[in-house]
Amino acid sequence: MKAKITGVDLISYKPNTKKSLLTNMWKFRALYVIALPGILYFIIFKYVPLAGSVIAFQNYNIFKGFTGSEWVGFEHFRTMFQYQDFGRILSNTILLGLYDLIFAFPAPIVLALLLNEIRLVFYKRFLQTVVYMPHFLSWVIVSGIALGILSPGTGIVNQVLQAFGFEPIYFLGENSYIRTILISSGIWRDSGYGTIIYLAALAGINPDLYEASEVDGAGRWKQTMAITLPSLIPTIMILFLLHIGRFLDLGFERVWVFLNALNTGNGEILDTYIYKAGLLSQQYSYTTAVGLFKSVVGLILVLIGNILSKKTTGESLY
Amino acid sequence: MRGRYTRGQNLFNVFNLFFLTALALAMFLPFLNVIAQSFSSSDAIINGKVGLLPKDFTAINYQYVFSDRSIWRAFGVSVYITVLGTAINLIATSSLAYPVSRQEFVGRKYIVMMVLFTMVFSAPLIPNFILIKNLGLMNSLWSLMLPGAISAFNFFVMRSFFMQLPQELIDSSRIDGCGELRIIVSMVLPLSKPVMASLGIFYAVGHWNTYMSALYYINKPSLWPLQVMLKKLFETDDISVDPASSVYSSLAHTSPEGIKMAVIIVATIPIIMIYPFLQRHFVKGMMVGSVKS
Repeated sequence: MKAKITGVDLISYKPNTKKSLLTNMWKFRALYVIALPGILYFIIFKYVPLAGSVIAFQNYNIFKGFTGSEWVGFEHFRTMFQYQDFGRILSNTILLGLYDLIFAFPAPIVLALLLNEIRLVFYKRFLQTVVYMPHFLSWVIVSGIALGILSPGTGIVNQVLQAFGFEPIYFLGENSYIRTILISSGIWRDSGYGTIIYLAALAGINPDLYEASEVDGAGRWKQTMAITLPSLIPTIMILFLLHIGRFLDLGFERVWVFLNALNTGNGEILDTYIYKAGLLSQQYSYTTAVGLFKSVVGLILVLIGNILSKKTTGESLY
Repeated sequence: MRGRYTRGQNLFNVFNLFFLTALALAMFLPFLNVIAQSFSSSDAIINGKVGLLPKDFTAINYQYVFSDRSIWRAFGVSVYITVLGTAINLIATSSLAYPVSRQEFVGRKYIVMMVLFTMVFSAPLIPNFILIKNLGLMNSLWSLMLPGAISAFNFFVMRSFFMQLPQELIDSSRIDGCGELRIIVSMVLPLSKPVMASLGIFYAVGHWNTYMSALYYINKPSLWPLQVMLKKLFETDDISVDPASSVYSSLAHTSPEGIKMAVIIVATIPIIMIYPFLQRHFVKGMMVGSVKS
């Protein structure tokens, strides 16, 4: 990358004056014309809705539009925090986010370390192929498979339970199981795929390090602790930061496909609530406030995480 | 590479092999069960006799699925948005990524920042919904293809690919009198086949799995893509759903479980078919994407 920049400096398209800037732009006008639709795309589909978020501070009326609707300041945010169910939904979201962080985030790291220890190259490839696969199934299909195997009447899990003399359990019909189901289906679908990046980092470790440590008499466990894990820290840190930014963002689909009337108590998260209250009950301004709250929390978490990470490990997103 | 193994290490190796094999089975067995159910008779399923192999082998579930016009239509909608949507994705992403990757493009930093910002901070659902409504895209398949035309992440992947193309190559064709368009068509595009293929496959999988935006923006059952259709189908025995609203109440009498499982298989087949291509490309794709720029 460095070499590239110096190469370009030699050619030097850098315009010195305003006039040469314009000449330069005219010379390469094709580039600007080609870029225009993409720029328009980001303005229309990303920045216009961002500006449209002002309706969180209005009583938005779909007929009056942004300009005609009355301004109410932070009223919707106040309602949000006073609303009883909001507390429950927020704590569901936080709990699920925490469980995801504790159980789902380390899963690919452990899996990658174990896969890395497999010495039979062909078998390793085979295992990788199998564990990557679920990632490409949609959440709807994952939930369909889960519904099938967890069904109290016909599901294979309950058949096994019954074979051992247990009563069949309606897993998806109870509040007490929904979090476990959400987290474990997340691990089932994505942990294999998550190993890719760690395996690549592991492949990049200098083999000399291992040889040197072997000469010093380190066993494989010691090597893992002293060489392998520390080499993974930068990758882990970056992925951790990205994960933290999406802490409240379990993903609408992932949760929605598992929700039913019997498990919303523990399963409802901000995203599904926004959809229900916002789109289905048309409380536009109020749910925009909820969504804005979620985005702002995400942004703050990224910023804090980035500062902490910069201080402790020197790694950062920007 | 890592020398002789002690007894403890050998023990670990054996354990590790078994553990990972068990894990891989855990990834695969649910799927096997789905296949088995899809080929089993309704009696066998209801009595809970189907394990990993079909019981009372029958293809009747598939017959229902293939004779159902709404499933065919949903399949068609999914194919349509996957093909057209992916084409739009690739054209839109590359036509922004290429200029922004060139040193001659003044202001490329601002565009990079503009894209980066949307990755950390994005608008809530409702303003997006209002936008789609105001653009008149409700109940139009464009609402599934246009709003996601450029993924910020893929934009960065493509941009770093284009940045690797040697500047000398482009300069020399300029000296030979090529215009910018000519350079793109005859030099850049042929060279960017690998990145196009890998991102194209990613985009295509995304379109095939589209559920959320269709749920938000499409109310007409005739325009539902496969995933929405599937979800409705799963809801037929769900207590939270009014049975009258379900599209599948008529089929539900026969062998609801078996039919559901058959539809899962039908909806998964396209992914399974492109999986070999997919696997070849996604590791590379992930790597390019993880390079910080």
